[in-house]
Amino acid sequence: MAGANERTERNAMNGTASEGLSGTLSQSDLDRRMRRRGEESRWWWIVPTLYIIVLLLPIYWLINMSFKTNAEIVNSMTLYPHAPTIANYVTIFTEKAWYSGYINSITYVVMNMVISVSVALPAAYAFSRYRFLGDKHLFFWLLTNRMAPPAVFALPFFQLYSAFGLIDTHIAVALAHCLFNVPLAVWILEGFMSGVPKEIDETAYIDGYSFPRFFVKIFMPLIASGIGVACFFCFMFSWVELLIARTLTTTDAKPIAATMTRTVSAAGMDWGLLAAAGVLTLIPGALVIWFVRNYIAKGFALGRV
Amino acid sequence: MDKTWNNKAWFLVLPVLVLVAFTAVIPLMTVVNYSVQDTFGNNVFTWAGTEWFEELLSSSRFWEAMVRNLIFSFIILAIEVPLGIFIALNMPKKGWGVPVCLVLMSLPLLIPWNVVGTIWQVFGRNDIGLLGYYLNAIGIDYNYVQDPFDAWVTIIIMDVWHWTSLVVLLCYAGLVSIPDAFYQAAKIDGASRWAVFRYIQLPKMQRVLLIAVLLRFMDSFMIYTEPFVVTGGGPGNSTTFLSIDLVKTALGQFDLGPAAAMSLVYFLIILLLSWVFYTVMTNYDAER
Repeated sequence: MAGANERTERNAMNGTASEGLSGTLSQSDLDRRMRRRGEESRWWWIVPTLYIIVLLLPIYWLINMSFKTNAEIVNSMTLYPHAPTIANYVTIFTEKAWYSGYINSITYVVMNMVISVSVALPAAYAFSRYRFLGDKHLFFWLLTNRMAPPAVFALPFFQLYSAFGLIDTHIAVALAHCLFNVPLAVWILEGFMSGVPKEIDETAYIDGYSFPRFFVKIFMPLIASGIGVACFFCFMFSWVELLIARTLTTTDAKPIAATMTRTVSAAGMDWGLLAAAGVLTLIPGALVIWFVRNYIAKGFALGRV
Repeated sequence: MDKTWNNKAWFLVLPVLVLVAFTAVIPLMTVVNYSVQDTFGNNVFTWAGTEWFEELLSSSRFWEAMVRNLIFSFIILAIEVPLGIFIALNMPKKGWGVPVCLVLMSLPLLIPWNVVGTIWQVFGRNDIGLLGYYLNAIGIDYNYVQDPFDAWVTIIIMDVWHWTSLVVLLCYAGLVSIPDAFYQAAKIDGASRWAVFRYIQLPKMQRVLLIAVLLRFMDSFMIYTEPFVVTGGGPGNSTTFLSIDLVKTALGQFDLGPAAAMSLVYFLIILLLSWVFYTVMTNYDAER
């Protein structure tokens, strides 16, 4: 994505140059003709806007429902809440069964993020700098874990964590999610680390830095954005996963996602509450997405873009 | 790549190895163990050999779920990839529109998968959902709870809604890496819009498209949460994909042997696909 900024800058430079100098008339002429051909026409926004509207409609409907009373949801078809209420949100923030679900989710997600990124950092360094016995097989084996269907692991996880007495603890879910988050973190970090020239390492070693000191003091600041992106994607994939989290928890560590499905069926479809709980699960992603917008393709593609 | 040969690097990889051994290897060994044994409870196991595998490979239920899953994967690829390319081509290349598009389009990717299911479950209902209500109001008989065809349409639209943005983002990442000089040269040669796409943009997007297709195929091949929330695998068995079938057998009925055999076959298929992914990627990078 670095290419995007570069190109934007170059375009900006071309723009000012063609305005100022008569010698670059052919350049601006060319730009204009390309624009006419549909390259950057006045109507460029139609397709993205239509697509975004389609994307936002179902989300709008959920938000809309979360501000309605159940009577309004069931009895009338209203495009916006006629009698807006925040009662659904109040219920979630005051009842322990509801808000503890969020606390549980965030607890195990953060634990998982810390574990995944801290073990992935040295491994990614090894993969980006050295060749060693079986490195390619290891790299491939990590990928297979990222691609493994959670359904395959649900039953053995349940038995393994039962044997260790870890069922219904946050750490159990955090460790289980390492299955797909550690490989992801290794692949993303390896991509970022390969972009740092090897000469930096060599100079530091000549200057007398030990490996741990060099890694923390010099190398980690250099790939700070990479670490941020890896953290974000570990957070995200742990946050969106439900099957394993639900299998490993019963009450004390139950994630919000599982709380949502169960409480609703017991209470006889409290649509407003369900919608409000859903809306609250969208917020973490929506809040941090701005910071990773330029890396989002890289993260989803395992650092291979 | 000028990497130095250093076997001490193994120490750096060790933490990952230990952790992944605990989260992946031990569970997989348990699965292998169960797949060749029979049990009547009370932790009494008897050797069953390849019985479960033979049963699985001759069961129509497994093959139906597999065929359903393959059809689903091919349909969503056929929709998401061309649509993703089309939208990426129409994305703005500079200015305020870029971050706004990137952020808004990524939103569905960051929603917990069961909430994606919930959103569409609600959206498609014909009593309280916007889509279901108005489809019925204009005279289209749509009910995803009872009609298998409508259930399929709902799940496909949901997946397109959920994941097309991934294809868009990847293609966009490929497109912005094309230098302006390429377009200018095309202009001088008098190339048509189609020729620009065919001979400049498509080849440059080849690598990201490859990633997009493989990722989307594998993720759709193990889809579980979204259809489970929306249809629960029904009506009947019409939307029971491999993962849903597996979880039903393993955690619903606690049939350890058959579930383990199915897990292994499923895992081997994924292993094969991952190998294709890895080989294609590394070969592609080596050619450059």
